[in-house]
Amino acid sequence: MITTDILIIGAGPTGLFTVFEAGLLKLKCHLIDALPQAGGQCSELYPKKPIYDIPAYPEILAGDLTEKLLEQSKQFEPGFTLGERAETIEKQADGSFVVTTNKGTQHKAPVVAIAGGLGSFEPRKPLLENIEFYEDKGVAYMIKDPEVYRNKKVVISGGGDSALDWAIFLSDVASEVTLIHRRNEFRGALDSVDKVQELKNKGLITLITPAEVTGLIGETKLEAIQVTKPGESPVTIETDCFIPLFGLSPKLGPIAQWGLEIEKNAIKVNNALDYQTNIPGIFAIGDVNTYPGKLKLILCGFHEATLMCQAAYQIINPGKRYVLKYTTVSGIDGFDGTRKEAPKAVVKSIN
Amino acid sequence: MDQDVQIKITDRDGKLHEIAAPTDMALNIMEVVRLYELAPEGTIGICGGMAMCASCQCYVLTEHPLREMQDEEEAMLSEAFNVKPNSRLGCQIQITPEMEGLEIELAPED
Repeated sequence: MITTDILIIGAGPTGLFTVFEAGLLKLKCHLIDALPQAGGQCSELYPKKPIYDIPAYPEILAGDLTEKLLEQSKQFEPGFTLGERAETIEKQADGSFVVTTNKGTQHKAPVVAIAGGLGSFEPRKPLLENIEFYEDKGVAYMIKDPEVYRNKKVVISGGGDSALDWAIFLSDVASEVTLIHRRNEFRGALDSVDKVQELKNKGLITLITPAEVTGLIGETKLEAIQVTKPGESPVTIETDCFIPLFGLSPKLGPIAQWGLEIEKNAIKVNNALDYQTNIPGIFAIGDVNTYPGKLKLILCGFHEATLMCQAAYQIINPGKRYVLKYTTVSGIDGFDGTRKEAPKAVVKSIN
Repeated sequence: MDQDVQIKITDRDGKLHEIAAPTDMALNIMEVVRLYELAPEGTIGICGGMAMCASCQCYVLTEHPLREMQDEEEAMLSEAFNVKPNSRLGCQIQITPEMEGLEIELAPED
């Protein structure tokens, strides 16, 4: 069981900045995120895109913002459970919460801060009526262990980087790799596009474009797929595995079942005070919350995180008074033993 | 000066809305849909208008000349579902005075 002071669900910018603000109050944080890396949308959707409304940064790339936030909170030694989705929450007799992920990892904390943005990123599934029947029976939406595909016939569909990269990788592992895309053009790093071309020329990848997978066939497991080119009748291709790679889309997911008041696909909070939800001890900050006048901006998430930490402090240290200290005056004492402080002025007489 | 254009938007439940879309606010179709709350918050414009999700996909029902499709939009639509020949991403279509009478239908949610 992982224990911490504030359990943060979502490692996007708001969640990461919470670690810093909590650290100033000597509160320790642990973050859970369904994505395998920190940064949320900033690292998953648009790491190379500039943001212009982060105070004091006339321009910063979303990926760089993530890096800087990680660096800023580093001395407060946050824990991370990445690549796992927060699934259930249970209130304990002592008032604390236990949050369990889809992989069974348990976390316990007196305060839970949901900084889940638009929700957890889930693979987008193609609209094939029986696709769910074949999940784990030949159909997978992400590749966890490439060895599963050794000497198997594999069909990948999609036109982005992940489709290209996995087609390249698996051409070395699988017995056959077929890449199917709706267009002739692929959207990926030039290197990958060239590499697929080269492997196609060598006969190591079969390319079918423009075409779409329109049917799945198999009694108990996937045995074949149907591929259709525009204006032609479907063709059946034998395969052991079908891996559709159409990117990820965010879903509020299991959080919606936690008994929190939801409005407009977001969690209602008290914005007059501390962004607490209808369940005391559970807060919602950043894009995941809603209140009158809410703006889904990173800078608003930072503010919400800061006020939320004050409320968390009161829950964890009941009755203890708090006086705001400026970092410029007091410096920062990291949990790792480091100390940052403003250089002292030199007092020396001039003769 | 009145710079609104009248456009017709059929929402995901099939309900037709006739709305006045301002042309002087640099709004795109996705933003107009949000402005009038024609689709629940969190189901449209998820990526914020970067042509990186297809949550604002719509079908253009009239022959209005629209901004030509750029690479990003074309690539996204090539990976989206429920795509038809008249599919566009609402976030990539800015409202202009030429759009008077435009009719669109929102594509189903993924």
